[in-house]
Amino acid sequence: MAEDKSNAEAYWKANVRLITGCLIVWAFVSYGCAILFRPLLAGIPVGGTDLGFWFAQQGSILTFICLIFFYAWKMNKLDEKFGLGE
Amino acid sequence: MSQFAINLLFVGASFALYIGIAIWARAGSTKDFYVAGGGVHPITNGMATAADWMSAASFISMAGLLASGGYANSTFLMGWTGGYVILAMLLAPYLRKFGKFTVPDFIGDRFYSRAARLVAVICLIVASVTYVIGQMTGAGVAFSRFLEVSNTWGIWIAAFIVFLYAVFGGMKGITYTQVAQYIVLIIAYTIPAVFIAMQLTGNPIPMFGMFSTHTESGVPLLQKLDDVVNALGFRDYTADVDNKLNMVLFTLSLMIGTAGLPHVIIRFFTVPKVADARWSAGWALVFIALLYLTAPAVGSMARLNLMTTVYPEMSGQVENYEEAASNPILYEDRPEWVRTWEETGLITFNDANNDGRIQFYNDGNADFAETAESRGWEGSELTVNNDILVLANPEIANLPGWVIGLIAAGGIAAALSTAAGLLLAISSAISHDLIKTMINPNITEKGEMLAARISMGGAILLATYLGLNPPGFAAQTVALAFGIAGASLFPALMMGIFSKRVNNKGAVAGMLAGLLTTLLYIFTYLGWFFVPETNMLPNTPDNWILGISPLSFGAIGAMFNFAVAYLVSNATEEPPQEIQDLVESVRYPKGAGGAVSH
Repeated sequence: MAEDKSNAEAYWKANVRLITGCLIVWAFVSYGCAILFRPLLAGIPVGGTDLGFWFAQQGSILTFICLIFFYAWKMNKLDEKFGLGE
Repeated sequence: MSQFAINLLFVGASFALYIGIAIWARAGSTKDFYVAGGGVHPITNGMATAADWMSAASFISMAGLLASGGYANSTFLMGWTGGYVILAMLLAPYLRKFGKFTVPDFIGDRFYSRAARLVAVICLIVASVTYVIGQMTGAGVAFSRFLEVSNTWGIWIAAFIVFLYAVFGGMKGITYTQVAQYIVLIIAYTIPAVFIAMQLTGNPIPMFGMFSTHTESGVPLLQKLDDVVNALGFRDYTADVDNKLNMVLFTLSLMIGTAGLPHVIIRFFTVPKVADARWSAGWALVFIALLYLTAPAVGSMARLNLMTTVYPEMSGQVENYEEAASNPILYEDRPEWVRTWEETGLITFNDANNDGRIQFYNDGNADFAETAESRGWEGSELTVNNDILVLANPEIANLPGWVIGLIAAGGIAAALSTAAGLLLAISSAISHDLIKTMINPNITEKGEMLAARISMGGAILLATYLGLNPPGFAAQTVALAFGIAGASLFPALMMGIFSKRVNNKGAVAGMLAGLLTTLLYIFTYLGWFFVPETNMLPNTPDNWILGISPLSFGAIGAMFNFAVAYLVSNATEEPPQEIQDLVESVRYPKGAGGAVSH
């Protein structure tokens, strides 16, 4: 039982760590590249405008998709590793 | 065949399909009715979620918002997609593991409190009802434009169709019609966009065309658009915004609002396993992105098409923008599609200086006033409703009549699919949370089924009535529905999963704090209960606290919610052991059965 408990705790910690990492990327591309750091990226041209504009209208959405699939894939591995999957 | 006959054929065929699904997918149990039996494939659910999520506003209005606002309105693109990341990681898998039927179910059980359940039910109903009104009016507009019936009839027809598959099929009927509706709407959205991208840039993929060269002028499309709008006193399309704080908060509010909207969350209760809920969120975003990546291309290209229609000299290589911008077309020479839309009143022309030409420029720009005066212009003479850009796309691009029929069916599909999802969230909150859990726990399975069907019928009647007589708050969907979902429901759900310490008192106090601060801020600028003239401060950026608009306040309300819940919980007793065990159990996928009632 004690072993179960520490195993479950380790699983949850790993999950929270993974979520934190993913959400840092999530915030970086949307609030960062697309909004706050846009002036800093103004020097990088993308099709008639700048990289920040591309992130705001396409880049962040594409990153979001990758993040969710990455998370789902990683979590499946964690489920298996800790024996907590269905 | 006349255009009317073609439209009738397309819309009629799509309705026949939905009714066929309604007959095939009848609900036999409450589990069928609330969660479609719990065995929906993650990709199927992803597609249904995309249709559930993409409303009449996404289909019809978003490209217009982007066309008029340019970069500044990217908030909608990021906000309405970024919410799925937090939904996939912070809510959906655990709520699926919890395994019950509604969002208030989780809040009521986790916070072992009737008050918490009731607050959740009220938040759910207010947010969903606000949202559904826009879908009914949207369907009415689409019907009246394409099928030559009155708005009123349009809304009744829409209500009847939804009634057929939602009352009999519940979530099961809704799920499979949403899949069909997604296919209809995405085809309808993409085809005209591909043609327009081909015409303007030679690139058939709109999202790439937007960032490539404008064929006629040889400069990049977005740069061309900047030059053109600039010559007429408008802000550059790609211009940065000054108030970054507000833009960040607005985006965040839309994201947490998206994640906290009950009609989206309950879609994830229909998949068989926890892992499926994670994959399904990814698929949902893929299907949503097919439209959301096309929308900015449609917006920018439609804006350029519109400007060069009025100023033909600006379309090719332009030596001198000053000169090209001073020669708008004669009103008599306007293209056919402008005439068609003038009839609907969504495009209007008023020849202020009586020269027979269409001057279309930014007459609100003081720096441009001198230039306009020197050209003898006396105000912008053309008004174009943002919503027509998508609807008029096939005509602007000279596409055949069947594409217009497809757009008609697509717009109606977008409105109906979202309306049905919202109606299910409303009716299950009434039949399951209010009747079954709070009023009469001894109700039989059969009795609850009947209650669910009656609630659904009642919700449809209410939505129809409000669609016919839209109240003042209907136009404030973004402020009200997203504000409530983001400031009240999202934090409560997240804390319920990620904290074992937050107790009943903390959760109720937090939800009320988030809800009330958000409503107070919104009502201060938009009027008490949205009654005009009752606002205490004018709704302009100089009056907003720190430049934060009422639409962006949901994120701040959520912070109040988190803070109050944390403080109150820590000042009071720990939740009982069985609740802490419940939190443990939702965190681990092991042992998830199908969704159960109790």
